[in-house]
Amino acid sequence: MNVAPDKKPGTVISNLSDSYRLSILIFLILALVPVFARYGAEGFILDLVNRAIILALAAIALDLILGFGGMVSFGHAAFIGIGAYITAIMVTEGFGEALIIFPIVVVVSTLFALITGIICLRTSGVYFIMITLAFGQMLFFAASSLSTYGGDDGLTIWGNVTILGSDIFADDVGIFYISLGFLIAGLFLVQTLVGSRFGRVLRAAKENETRISALGYNVLRVRLTAYVIAGVIAGIAGFLHTSQAEFVSPATMRWQHSGELIIMVALGGMGTRNGTLIGAFAYVLLIQALSDFTQDWKLIFGPLMVLAVLSKNGGIGRFFAYVKGGRNRA
Amino acid sequence: MKRYFLAAATAVGVMSGSVALAKPVKIGMLITLSGPPAVLGKQLRDGFQLAMEKLGGKLGDKTTELIIEDDELKPDVAISKAKSLVGRDKVDFVVGTVFSNMLAAVFKPIIKSNTFLISPNAGPSVFAGKNCNPLLFVTSFQNDQNFEVLGKHAEQQGFKSVFLLAPNYQAGKDAVNGFKRQFSGKIVDTVFTKLGQKDYSAEIAKLAAAKPDALFTFMPGGMGVRFVKQFRAAGLADKMTFLSAFTVDEATLPAQKDAALGFFGGASWAPNMKTPGNAEFVAAFEGKYGYVPSVYAMQGYDTAMLLDSVIRKVGDNLSDKKAVRNALRAADFKSLRGNFKFNTNQFPVQDYYLMKVAKRADGKFQTEIDRKIFSAAGDFYAKDCKMSW
Amino acid sequence: MSTTLFLVQVLNGLQLGVLLFLIAAGLTLVFGVMGFINLAHGVQYMVGAYFAVAFYALTQNFLLTVILASASALLLGLLFEVLIFRHLYDRDHLDHVLATFGIILFLNQATTVLWGPEPLVIPEPDFLSGSIPLVEGLLYPVYRLAIIAVGLAVAGLLWFMVTRTKLGMLVRAGATNLEMVSALGVNIRRLFMLVFGFGAMLAGFAGVLSAPIFSVEPGMGDDILIVAFVVIIVGGIGSIRGAFIAALVIGLVDTLGRSMMTDILKLFMDASAANQIGPALASMLIYVLMAAILFFKPTGLFAPGKTA
Repeated sequence: MNVAPDKKPGTVISNLSDSYRLSILIFLILALVPVFARYGAEGFILDLVNRAIILALAAIALDLILGFGGMVSFGHAAFIGIGAYITAIMVTEGFGEALIIFPIVVVVSTLFALITGIICLRTSGVYFIMITLAFGQMLFFAASSLSTYGGDDGLTIWGNVTILGSDIFADDVGIFYISLGFLIAGLFLVQTLVGSRFGRVLRAAKENETRISALGYNVLRVRLTAYVIAGVIAGIAGFLHTSQAEFVSPATMRWQHSGELIIMVALGGMGTRNGTLIGAFAYVLLIQALSDFTQDWKLIFGPLMVLAVLSKNGGIGRFFAYVKGGRNRA
Repeated sequence: MKRYFLAAATAVGVMSGSVALAKPVKIGMLITLSGPPAVLGKQLRDGFQLAMEKLGGKLGDKTTELIIEDDELKPDVAISKAKSLVGRDKVDFVVGTVFSNMLAAVFKPIIKSNTFLISPNAGPSVFAGKNCNPLLFVTSFQNDQNFEVLGKHAEQQGFKSVFLLAPNYQAGKDAVNGFKRQFSGKIVDTVFTKLGQKDYSAEIAKLAAAKPDALFTFMPGGMGVRFVKQFRAAGLADKMTFLSAFTVDEATLPAQKDAALGFFGGASWAPNMKTPGNAEFVAAFEGKYGYVPSVYAMQGYDTAMLLDSVIRKVGDNLSDKKAVRNALRAADFKSLRGNFKFNTNQFPVQDYYLMKVAKRADGKFQTEIDRKIFSAAGDFYAKDCKMSW
Repeated sequence: MSTTLFLVQVLNGLQLGVLLFLIAAGLTLVFGVMGFINLAHGVQYMVGAYFAVAFYALTQNFLLTVILASASALLLGLLFEVLIFRHLYDRDHLDHVLATFGIILFLNQATTVLWGPEPLVIPEPDFLSGSIPLVEGLLYPVYRLAIIAVGLAVAGLLWFMVTRTKLGMLVRAGATNLEMVSALGVNIRRLFMLVFGFGAMLAGFAGVLSAPIFSVEPGMGDDILIVAFVVIIVGGIGSIRGAFIAALVIGLVDTLGRSMMTDILKLFMDASAANQIGPALASMLIYVLMAAILFFKPTGLFAPGKTA
């Protein structure tokens, strides 16, 4: 991804105000979804958009390491699985309090990211892709063998996640706004990081690792930090996933799921402010629309992906920015 | 999603009637129609649609809209499709699913919406015992029961030693436990394989070395095709008795052919069963779809007939959940299986048979009833279900 | 476990290994020479098997089927190369992943639509249909022995081509330094097309060979693709020798793991716990192996010079 020449070299967002406004617009629209959903098929629309929000949260975390850091992780869904399974198991065992579950999700995701990150980051390029895939697969098989907790069938959550005794997580609208809140916070966090000195080093290391090392930065440490942050955010997405779907299964961690997250990031144009957000929503909604249209939707979606790649110049996010901004093509 | 209006011919009549009558019955069918396991979903769907066709495109003499959704065997897709059926289409019944893990996924959203969920195939133990639910009916079996048939048979035959082989997932473990519940002889080894495994040569070598009297296995779909062929090629078919469930049936026999000849399975129905209307069903099915119906097709057919009886009884009061439940529980329809009623946990009470693979005169393969193993059997978990009737 | 049983399992591992090699060979060359990640390589394997079903129905002759199906796989591979892949060689890896993933979706669904979701099979040829007794009570199908023989023969042929012919020299040179090869005036585009088509044909050939023993079904290439990737990563990208050794190692580790893991665990724990953990551990084994190898050798065992 080329960083466009800019008045302020080093900032990734070439047109801060415009893209910033777009973010706000997207979030406003999302915030209004429950209001309008009431006049249509409420449960269905809320569920669809809520799932997209949770996936978008995991995808912007992936964008931090993939789009900005150049690390193509093919095991990102494993972190969603960690958060999802911890939440499901805690609720099943009668500890549904979010204030207990949440810190555990964060700590376990951090530990898993630290351990695997240290090993994975010894490699680069396609070897990195494959070693992250390997860890994802290990976790997938481990979850499949958890027969106490549903094994391969997955686990239906009979209780609810609660917070200080409140059942807000069990409410469709409640969990929707909670997810949206996390998405906004997640995007804000990632953007702040990317704009900081840490983020500049991360992005610069993607372009030229040797030079950044020569400048005295510890590239490995910067990358590991980014990897851990991305893992934790995805873990939180898993926590939200279980709260929303009230179900978890090893399928959450399949390599195909990690692949879907990569598609969302790439579809939106990596390393842009709103790209991943738009990519995730486009992906979920497009598939919904196509599968409404025909059971053989993959016959259409597959070639669409090929065409998008053949004709693209940086994903629909960039396309969007291009159409909107005109003068500020990124 | 595809919507099938099977009652176009009656539309005029409906429009001339009162407005209240014009609202059609909506059935949402949520089954697996993607990937190799789609063959089971296809059989279910064909069986269900054949029944509707026989009933003039209606259920309970009312215009019926059948909405068919594919869960793609992915839990998140299944959940989203389930929510779309109950939230967007507002169906009166959801008929689904084919696989237990999909049922576990869609159970809560459907039950939460206060919609009846009728499973035409999946019957996992988790919903049969203490988590049984007034809104869930299963028209097929409780998963363990088909496995118990073989265990009982092995016990009655006095097999000294049996080798157990199943894929490493929940249903595979259920298979092993169900078999062991009825069999008291020696289990020489229990081997779990990878789900969807391609090559069974390693397991077959172990099996040959163990020299058991019989093998009991559960290898549904493509796994069964591969395993049966490899088992036969290794020359083990002459050395031990092949007992199985969901491994040699009409869904896999077109590919297994002679390799499965003489192998045993367990089920509640077979195409050659002499129950009222069964021969007609099989003939009509083969005439329309061009393949031999399996137990899945029968279950699809029976499920449609059950719903027909319910809608006929309840009439326009489908929102009266209690009336619908009572009509469902009455199971007032002629099952192709013969004896059929619901247990206290709303799973079936029915007969189970030992099946044997046979070649028909026309060269096609089917399972045929060897002998009856259980009569009017309920399942092991029903005693934990505290539902009031 | 007795020695003879162990030897049978080694034979089984070898057979899996050579099939993996046939798939991995094309993958590693395409990756090594062109730097192209081809996820659609697995569907080439599937398509080969479906072509086998189609041509067998037409000809009822196994040898003819092998030739026709392999040739069709070659043509399909070339078609994709010309229409799509050649426009993507200079893009980044992510674009490769996206485009080839789109092809997977399309072809998996297309086979479902054309042939139905049912598992299909073709019989093995008559002259290879027998079995020979290896261990008491176990017959080993001649066809499986033939697969091992054919796989080893193809490996030998490939080795000869890569090390002893001009084309092979270019391929090897291409895997280390592409600019130099192109500077020597070689038509890179044609070299790419050749390598790509050849790799696609080998994967299709593997699909044809496996059709009589495995079932032919939509999506059958997806899982084997991931294992083939493990093979080329462990072997080192672009190395035929590495792919060969890694394929055999992975084949053996996977087969022996499946047959022995649970028994080994039973020495330490009770049977039900071993049955619980053993199969999961056996499934993980090849990934653990790959992670461990990459930890010590971050570019695989036999990577030819260049890092990808």
